[in-house]
Amino acid sequence: MFVGAIFFPLLGACLSGFLGRWLGDKLAQWATVICMALAAVCGSLAFAHVAMDSQPATVPLLTWMDVGGLEISWALRYDTLSVVMVAMVTFISTLIHLYSVGYMSHDATPTRFFAYLSLFTFMMLMLVTADNLAQLFFGWEGVGLASYLLIGYWYDRESANRAAMKAFIVNRVGDVFFMLGLALTFFTFGSIEFDTIFPAVAQHANDRFAGLPAIELIGVLLFLGACGKSAQLGLHTWLPDAMEGPTPVSALIHAATMVTAGVFLMARMSPLMEYAPVALAIVTVVGASTALFAATIGCVQNDIKRIIAYSTCSQLGYMFFAAGVGAYQVSVFHLFTHAFFKALLFLGAGSVIHAMSDEQDIRKMGGIWTKIPVTYVVMWIGNLALAGIPFFAGYYSKDAILEAAYAAHSGVGAYAWVCGMLAAFLTAFYSWRLLILTFHGKPRADHHTMEHVHESPAVMLIPLLLLAVGAVLTGAVFAPFFVGEHAHEFWNGAIFNGEHNHILHAMHEVPEWVPLAPTVMGIAGIALAYVMYMAAPGLPTRLAQMFSARPQLVRRLPLIPAEGEEQQTEPNPGGLYGFLLKKWYFDELYDFLFVRPARRLAERFWKVGDARIIDGMPNGVASLAAAGARGAVRIQTGRVANYAFAMIIGLVLFVTLFLIGR
Amino acid sequence: MSWTLALPELVLACSGLVLLLAGVIPKQETFFPITMGAIGALLVTAVLVLGQGEGTALGGHYVADAFSGFMKILALGAAALGLLLSIDFNEKEGLGRFEFPVLVLFASLGAMVMISANDLMALYLGLELLSLPLYVIAAFNRDNARSSEAGLKYFVLGALASGLLLYGTTLVYGFAGTTNFDRLADAFSAAQGVSAGVIVGVVFVIAGLAFKVSAVPFHMWTPDVYEGAPTPVTAYFASAPKVAAIALLTRVLLGPFGDLAAQWQQVILLISFGSMILGSFAAIGQINLKRLMAYSSIGHVGYALMGLAVGSDTGLRGLLFYMAIYVFMNVGAFAVLVAMRRQGRAVEQVEDLAGLARTDLGMALWMAAFMFSMAGIPPLAGFFSKLYVFLAAVQGGFWTLAVVGVLTSVVSAYYYLRVVKVMFFDQPAGALDRAPASLTIVMAGTGLFTLLFGLFPAPLLAAAQAAAAALLG
Repeated sequence: MFVGAIFFPLLGACLSGFLGRWLGDKLAQWATVICMALAAVCGSLAFAHVAMDSQPATVPLLTWMDVGGLEISWALRYDTLSVVMVAMVTFISTLIHLYSVGYMSHDATPTRFFAYLSLFTFMMLMLVTADNLAQLFFGWEGVGLASYLLIGYWYDRESANRAAMKAFIVNRVGDVFFMLGLALTFFTFGSIEFDTIFPAVAQHANDRFAGLPAIELIGVLLFLGACGKSAQLGLHTWLPDAMEGPTPVSALIHAATMVTAGVFLMARMSPLMEYAPVALAIVTVVGASTALFAATIGCVQNDIKRIIAYSTCSQLGYMFFAAGVGAYQVSVFHLFTHAFFKALLFLGAGSVIHAMSDEQDIRKMGGIWTKIPVTYVVMWIGNLALAGIPFFAGYYSKDAILEAAYAAHSGVGAYAWVCGMLAAFLTAFYSWRLLILTFHGKPRADHHTMEHVHESPAVMLIPLLLLAVGAVLTGAVFAPFFVGEHAHEFWNGAIFNGEHNHILHAMHEVPEWVPLAPTVMGIAGIALAYVMYMAAPGLPTRLAQMFSARPQLVRRLPLIPAEGEEQQTEPNPGGLYGFLLKKWYFDELYDFLFVRPARRLAERFWKVGDARIIDGMPNGVASLAAAGARGAVRIQTGRVANYAFAMIIGLVLFVTLFLIGR
Repeated sequence: MSWTLALPELVLACSGLVLLLAGVIPKQETFFPITMGAIGALLVTAVLVLGQGEGTALGGHYVADAFSGFMKILALGAAALGLLLSIDFNEKEGLGRFEFPVLVLFASLGAMVMISANDLMALYLGLELLSLPLYVIAAFNRDNARSSEAGLKYFVLGALASGLLLYGTTLVYGFAGTTNFDRLADAFSAAQGVSAGVIVGVVFVIAGLAFKVSAVPFHMWTPDVYEGAPTPVTAYFASAPKVAAIALLTRVLLGPFGDLAAQWQQVILLISFGSMILGSFAAIGQINLKRLMAYSSIGHVGYALMGLAVGSDTGLRGLLFYMAIYVFMNVGAFAVLVAMRRQGRAVEQVEDLAGLARTDLGMALWMAAFMFSMAGIPPLAGFFSKLYVFLAAVQGGFWTLAVVGVLTSVVSAYYYLRVVKVMFFDQPAGALDRAPASLTIVMAGTGLFTLLFGLFPAPLLAAAQAAAAALLG
């Protein structure tokens, strides 16, 4: 059961990847789906066993390496935290595999896709069940690799390749910090096994490294690593671009699972983080800023998948600041519910894109809700959950986060609460902007596309419906366990809260109006979206023009394709609107700060270092050899006298040598 | 007098005389039967060598042991293969005269005498017996100016080398009072210091022998003679005499002068360095294949002498091993050179091989095998031969020798691989004539040896080991 949950996906990946050609597309696809389903069954059983019956377990597999004082083994650590992740990942991954069977049915190499997808799931499971930091890092890098492969799955598209590389490189930046954190952990504790580190944290609380408190430093380094994977402010730039991958990939990796690895890491390292208050404060500030920042961008984007991507970024910010105020349980709870409704939203978006003949721009949609009713309904459910409307999943977790932030009674907590409230408002706003523009109003797509709008096949709708059920119920059902009265028994020590940390109790004792506030904000956001996009459709454009430096560049709805060919690059109207539209100019900034200098440096290395020095050495040696050859040939005059002379000279030389050397 | 020990030499000498008579008496041209007879005589002699006992004979002038057996079989085999190469070539070039095989046969007799020499006099006798027929066959195409020039050059320089050798011999005799190897060894192992005269004598002897193996700086004749002489003669030059001279050099230096190793080692080291470096660099600019092979042979001698410079058991084994493999791949490569004819005319430029892979794939593949092997690329035979001498050098602590060896073989790989490149990637320069059966057989035989040697190295290694042990005692 424990082993099966992890290794069935690997089996599926191998079957599809290595034997796919031999098995045929259909068989290979279904083999991976069945493997995933088996894994999901194992995962659910494990969840019941470990979390509900409170029987954590560790399954040792084998020793990985044993070098000097460093011993690393492969083992599966099953406690409540990891089993929650295992169950969630296997379940959602199974649904996404199933969905992909329909979505990828027109693709040329589905076996490759399914192999990558299963490989990714396996790596994610390795990550969450790791029993030491090295194994966790293995999974960490593994999901990075799989996400690179999947984002660049359509490798004949230039933009997909760029996005894949961007994702990989930005992730590497985070990974460097992770590795530093890992090394510092080993330096401080002499071990990287969780079971050895966690009890020892208190003893090492006052250790210093290079004049800085070691625990704080580890905490910050690990958080920076988590930033890369979880797309937090600064290292978030890869996530929206990652939408170049097929939509199921976006759903699986960039919404439900991989990006939550950073949040998971924070929760996993809670025994250490609890002793690092400064690191936690940084986590809170960065998380809160991300939540607000991503939400502002989400309001003006026009690509349906990008909007959802920014909402993911924003929700991850929530999770981080929840962890930052010490409410790891709440953070993991939001991770759990978010996985369901975000996967639902992405797959729903995929269904829309599928229906609209691969159109992703919401300005070119509209008026299709009657044609794809099931998709429409599940998108509503997903957005209701995302906006935190009562009794949907998101309501429980998001409210809990905001309550925890309020209850923290600290400066950073207050900052997080304010950011969180604003973000909640914006979240609701952009969610309904998306809904209204996509489904309502007059059709803005061309005639040809509209004719082909059709509901997706059952193989895609079933996962959607199951996820919709999850988006409705998971909050209400699991809230008592994750954050409610059963929390203590449920978590069973998998997450550690310090002596002074009473946040879980404090969050239930906030003033009456605090739990209500997010809901009010959410409804206000919906109302504003309704006003702007349903009641007064001209308003958004006017607003956009008002906040632009060059209003004439703002494109009006409906978008009318330019004569002849369509305009490829969107003009930048400048001003506040342009600032948001261009995503706070992060890409431009990084391009200026890192990409271009790196390119210049690389060019220099290439032209001077490689072409002149490295190539120069063998070329120089070769020309020396040629010169030597010419010299050697010149001695060969063809005259016997010269030859005899050479012989005698040689003889004299040797005799001299002999007599001297004696 | 246990003259029966020298039976192989006596048989070879007698059959040489008989063949000479048999060639003169009939009215018609007797080149082919005499050649066959000579090959037969060489093979019979080789069998006799195999069955030969051990010991000294003829008043201590003659010695037979495992070392001499190994080298003699090598020399006889090389001579037989050389004759096989010459049949077709000589007939087409109008050189089909019966004197040719007889001369080769007497040269081989000289080589055998050299290998078995146990006295400075016998050494000189054998050397001259080898050299005089070689002077003649170098100029065998006497109507060709280049061939005559080659013969003459070889003769003049050879005479000089012989003079040096003789002078060295007299010096040694004058200071040691004997010419017998065993007694020389006794004399030098005595505690009192060795006089300078002996040392100078040894250097002169080394010079004389180094001329025969065409080691730097006594190599100058090699490119000119190799280029000028008829190709089968060059093939013979590059194999049997080298084997004999290397054997003699080894026996002289490790036998009577073994106790002076500290002194002669430096000279051999320098010769080895010089040969490796010159052999690899000077060949780069060559466009004539025979000249290229001349420099290649200089380089190979350098590698082989590395084993002698080390002087140890493994070094000697590496040297013997190297010579054996060298003879086979060299004869194979020359078989290709001999077969190079376009419309009946012999051609010998590197470009003449252009596009050979498309016109005669079989020959191109064999040639590629020989070239790769000479460059020392695994798993071909040439790799193992280099491996064992480098191994010996490293084990003996001669790091610079091994490093220079490896570097120069990298350089030499350039010109060997250039031949392969020309054959396989250049535009064909017109097809070559079909190779006659005799040459194809030689190519295939030596080619298979080169290719497959890596699978069965044990017998040759064991033989080389036994020969080395016999010499070092």
